[in-house]
Amino acid sequence: MAENADKQAASAPEITYRQALHDTLRSEMLRDENVFLLGEEIGKFEGSYKITAGMLKEFGPERVRDTPIAEEGFVGAAIGAAMLGMRPVVEIMTLNFSLIAIDQIVNHAAKIYGMFGGQTSVPMVIRTPGGGGQQLAATHSQNIEAWYASVPGLKVLAPSTPADAKAMLTAAIRDDDPVLLLENLSLYNTKGVVPEGEQVAEFGKAKVIVPGTDITVVSYSRAAVIAADVAQRLKPQGISVEVVDLCSLRPLDRETVCRSVMKTGKAVVLEDDWLTYGIGAEIAASIQEGAFDYLDAPVRRVAAAEIPLPYAKSLEKIALPDADALIRVINEQLDATRFAR
Amino acid sequence: MTDVFMPRLSDTMTEGAIAQWLKSEGDTVKRGDVIAEIETDKAVMDLEAYEGGVLEKILVQPGENVAIGAPIAVIGDGSGAGSSDGAGDAAAAPSAEPEAAPAEAADEEAPTGEAAAPAEAAEAGEAPAETAQAKPAETAQTPADESEAPAASGSKIKATPLVRSLARTHGIDLATVTGSGPSGRIVRADIEQLIGSGSKPAAAPAAPTAPEPQAAPAAASAAPVGTPQPDDEVVPMSQIRKVTARRLTEAALVPVFQLTSVVDASRLTEVRRDINTRLADAGVKVSVNDLIVRAVAVALALHPEANASFGGDAILQHKHVNVGVAVALDDGLVVPVVKDADKKSVTAIGAEVKDLATRARAGRLKLDEMSGGTISVSNLGMFGVDQFTAVINPPEAIIVAVGGTADEAVVVDGEVKIRPRTRLTITVDHRVLDGAGAAAFLKDLTDLLTEPLRILV
Repeated sequence: MAENADKQAASAPEITYRQALHDTLRSEMLRDENVFLLGEEIGKFEGSYKITAGMLKEFGPERVRDTPIAEEGFVGAAIGAAMLGMRPVVEIMTLNFSLIAIDQIVNHAAKIYGMFGGQTSVPMVIRTPGGGGQQLAATHSQNIEAWYASVPGLKVLAPSTPADAKAMLTAAIRDDDPVLLLENLSLYNTKGVVPEGEQVAEFGKAKVIVPGTDITVVSYSRAAVIAADVAQRLKPQGISVEVVDLCSLRPLDRETVCRSVMKTGKAVVLEDDWLTYGIGAEIAASIQEGAFDYLDAPVRRVAAAEIPLPYAKSLEKIALPDADALIRVINEQLDATRFAR
Repeated sequence: MTDVFMPRLSDTMTEGAIAQWLKSEGDTVKRGDVIAEIETDKAVMDLEAYEGGVLEKILVQPGENVAIGAPIAVIGDGSGAGSSDGAGDAAAAPSAEPEAAPAEAADEEAPTGEAAAPAEAAEAGEAPAETAQAKPAETAQTPADESEAPAASGSKIKATPLVRSLARTHGIDLATVTGSGPSGRIVRADIEQLIGSGSKPAAAPAAPTAPEPQAAPAAASAAPVGTPQPDDEVVPMSQIRKVTARRLTEAALVPVFQLTSVVDASRLTEVRRDINTRLADAGVKVSVNDLIVRAVAVALALHPEANASFGGDAILQHKHVNVGVAVALDDGLVVPVVKDADKKSVTAIGAEVKDLATRARAGRLKLDEMSGGTISVSNLGMFGVDQFTAVINPPEAIIVAVGGTADEAVVVDGEVKIRPRTRLTITVDHRVLDGAGAAAFLKDLTDLLTEPLRILV
């Protein structure tokens, strides 16, 4: 897919992450009449983030269903529809509200295939934006993806670019099992080249989005964009940072991560989630298991402050990890391994 | 395909021998089947199969000693394609794909290697769990154990895993390399210079950075050993003899003093005779030693400060009174433990000691039956010994040495009388207890044995 993207880069136009999601939903609905949307305010209001703009008009209320403010109810309804052969795409207004439906997601959607011995599956997608930085205060700014990524039976995707958003949403809708597609609010307006035509991501594949030789930064979603930016900024200083974008949190592509660390000998994980018990811990453990003999320094983690995210803009900014925090830790890692600069 | 490894069955175990195989090559085994008996440093223990299959290959013959973690057999599907390369289940690890990395890590860190393959560690969970339960009693409290750690010279070198791997490949002795990382850690940049320059500092006669000689810490364990003379017969040490020797050497590092007192055993002998005569119909039979074990437990319960161990920078006061009873074996010494002896009747103690001693002689004690003691009793009275001092059994603070009971002429109320008397000598860890405190314990013990009705209630 990455090669495809490169080939078409010249001809394809740049569009936003938001537009990529919208276009993908639309083309999948045109392709498969079993695909339908449900969620709060996705119809008449055209979606809180306008991903579903124009959909109600085009596909009608049968396939674009406004729901009451009752996440447990409409996620449960989607599970039932999926079990009967439909392909619902649920929008939960923010990842934070998924907590209301967590029993449906973790105890039902994730387990039905196994609990009923494979007699029925749950081909549904939950799209939901999360992340901080929008001054939405503590209860609307969380990155609790590690909670879902730890559940067998779920697939958890976190695209960081418009092209990935298209390919991963397409793959999610066509998959026969429940998939959580994590969007990040701060990515909606980012632009990128999106290859035209059908693009279907492969599950459980991480990508080396910036190749390098001195240190590996493992990241995903918004943080991967920061990591790629840092890698470009450090290049003139002669520091070659390799950035691995996980893309998929479950299944997790440990192989690509370990292979990169085997090359560079050093690793930093950058994530928007809280530090403890997070994706960074999982990656650090995976590197320990898979690339121990190639480590030239302990794996480091850069993550959000361990606090409910503050509302105040200045406080929110320093609570979230940024390029400066990552550069600081990269420098510490390079100093610790006496990297000549 | 699974390798069966020499398990770690006790804290002090470093190697083990196969006492016998209970299954033969080609036998089908189920998970949980006892496939072999392992002779550890303390006892003979059963080895259960962690996985079912066919016992394809026996790699270690009975009587052969191998280190913990060494493969001893291969269990497979019967096709005979045994692995036995130490990697075992590593393929089941989530990150197995990056070549042989996980397996290599397991090789290097032999004792902890299991952790490298989570699936395997989970499988093997049963056996290590036993060890873990027994642990608190011994490890934390044995100061002598710690003195072993610095002996291994390589363990002090700080180097990243990558550097260790490179050093192995290029034959570089890390002791000769200066680390430039945090706290002197040797990092890739340090070693790449050496590899790049083509010189192998291992061969260099006087590397300026060579660390201090390691002789000093090792000295502690360097007790003199004999040189064999031409006509000496060299008798190999059993595992139990080895651990007995090591434990006694450790005990020599404990600063101790001894106190002796004499018990008038008139009432003790009377009470014993009375019990055994009157309760014979009920099948009750107690020995002097049973009464002494009980008295020691009761006395120790009265002196919580003595029911303690030296814990480095603290005294560890134990909540249970567990009395170890020294049992001589043909090839060493074991000390099975009567747990909560202060809460058990004399007859219960008697039955338990008898059972423990019988099984000790058969090498059939379980690990937890030999650990957790808070005081020990050693009785040589039956061998005609009047009085002796016993070597302390770390980390316990006291051992009671009991001599035989003999009639002696003593002065009672101004008259010379004949009385049966027994001499008790306690050896005390001076770091835990001083003379006065130990004397108070010994006085209470003596009083209890002089008036033994107090230990029967």
